[in-house]
Amino acid sequence: MSMLKVENIDVFYGNIQALKGVSINVNEGEIVTLIGANGAGKSTLLKTLSGLLKPKNGKIEFLQKSIAGKQAQSIVKSGISHVPEGRRVFANLTVEENLELGAFLRKDKAGIHSDMQKVYEIFPRLLERKKQHSGTLSGGEQQMLAMGRAIMAKPKLVLLDEPSMGLAPLMVKTIFQVIEDINRDGTTVLLVEQNANMALSVASRGYVIETGKVVLSGPAKDLQASEEVRQAYLGGH
Amino acid sequence: MEWLQQLINGISLGSIYALIALGYTMVYGIIKLINFAHGDVFMVGSFIGFYSITVFGLGFFPALILSMASCALFGVIIERIAYKRLRNATRIAALITAIGVSLLIEYGVIYIRGAQPEAYPNIFSNKSFEFLGAQISIQSVLILSVSVVLMILLQFIVHKTKTGKAMRAVSHDVEAAKLMGINVDNTISATFAIGSALAGAAGVIFGVYYTKIDPLMGVIPGLKAFVAAVLGGIGIIPGAMVGGLVLGVVETIVSALGFSLWRDAAAFIILILILIFRPSGIFGKNTREKV
Repeated sequence: MSMLKVENIDVFYGNIQALKGVSINVNEGEIVTLIGANGAGKSTLLKTLSGLLKPKNGKIEFLQKSIAGKQAQSIVKSGISHVPEGRRVFANLTVEENLELGAFLRKDKAGIHSDMQKVYEIFPRLLERKKQHSGTLSGGEQQMLAMGRAIMAKPKLVLLDEPSMGLAPLMVKTIFQVIEDINRDGTTVLLVEQNANMALSVASRGYVIETGKVVLSGPAKDLQASEEVRQAYLGGH
Repeated sequence: MEWLQQLINGISLGSIYALIALGYTMVYGIIKLINFAHGDVFMVGSFIGFYSITVFGLGFFPALILSMASCALFGVIIERIAYKRLRNATRIAALITAIGVSLLIEYGVIYIRGAQPEAYPNIFSNKSFEFLGAQISIQSVLILSVSVVLMILLQFIVHKTKTGKAMRAVSHDVEAAKLMGINVDNTISATFAIGSALAGAAGVIFGVYYTKIDPLMGVIPGLKAFVAAVLGGIGIIPGAMVGGLVLGVVETIVSALGFSLWRDAAAFIILILILIFRPSGIFGKNTREKV
């Protein structure tokens, strides 16, 4: 069943058009990846989905309801959590406070508490550092925190923007393992990655974005095998 | 024990500066605006306290609470009308607006009630007790206790409540805060409300302590509190408390040494020295602007 349906959206930064008639579809339970070069518009698309940017034209439907142009706050409430590029953890707050803010709109104290224990189980490193200011964490730990914070919102759909950026290979592996785990637990994932190989290996489907347009889409396996994608994004020969 | 006496006077004055400085620093922390109208909110708070006591016959604590509540509302109205629409404007535009709001409040109050000063009624007895040879008035003990309680309350709000956490999150990263579902507009309003309530409290305390109040009384304490906020590190809450106390004590010492005409100058000399040698303030980290 289609969970997120984006139809022909145009997004502008001032006069510059960043997305040109982009359409994508994400089904419930999937991991879908967006791949493409720097500046292709992948992050712009995620920001539009989470309400940080407003589309000029086009439709965005999440669970059969239009969310195009809605406030970020009400989009979070409807079940979309966005883990932004560069983690954006609140450096001046402790690890635990960051996680609490992830659950900002929730009122079920018991549920929040048990989800926090769950996050600490997934990322034991965060438990060790829960009283520490998050600005003192390493890049990988901050990525864990950003993802933990998103889990705390109990989302139906998680938007992940470049989770592997700047991380050591071992940490990238951990993070991708967690992406697969939370997906298996029932969370749908829309994943933006520069590391296309990694992304296509966990995703079921993918879209290739170039200069603000979707140029190719299909099952991840097919994209991985496609000559075009191999040459442009997988460093293939 | 002349010195102890002066130290106590300095701390009392400093706690008033600190209460005002907190509002400056909180607003700066969250929207990077030096709210020059803040000293005038302090003045309005002082008058609300005055009328509550003289016209409505309220006691000190009811007057204090009424003043704080009215100032909280007043602060939010100022923010919604004057500053909100400038959130994406240049900082200089917002700063000039703040100066305009300040003048509007000062001369608005003069227009409504005239420029004549008022004398706060004497609500506490003038009793005092001796402590290590110094004469300490009950009044100054009470004032100090009220300030300390308010500062502890503020620390509690900022660190333990949801609103406080949202305030700190917004001050660090507005966009990321939105992604948590935080309502940024309401959080900014809450910051103005809390800062203005503290200024209102400072206004009532000032009236009780120094007796004379007038519509332009907010100008100099407002500027001094700004100095205190910069001294402690603008945007840093404990910095405003310490900055206020240091400034109060320094001023009192300058007066006690016989240079009472220089006490205002002392505050601004401190500002200049801080800006030259440690612009980030006592508690600030020297961070370069990230590009």
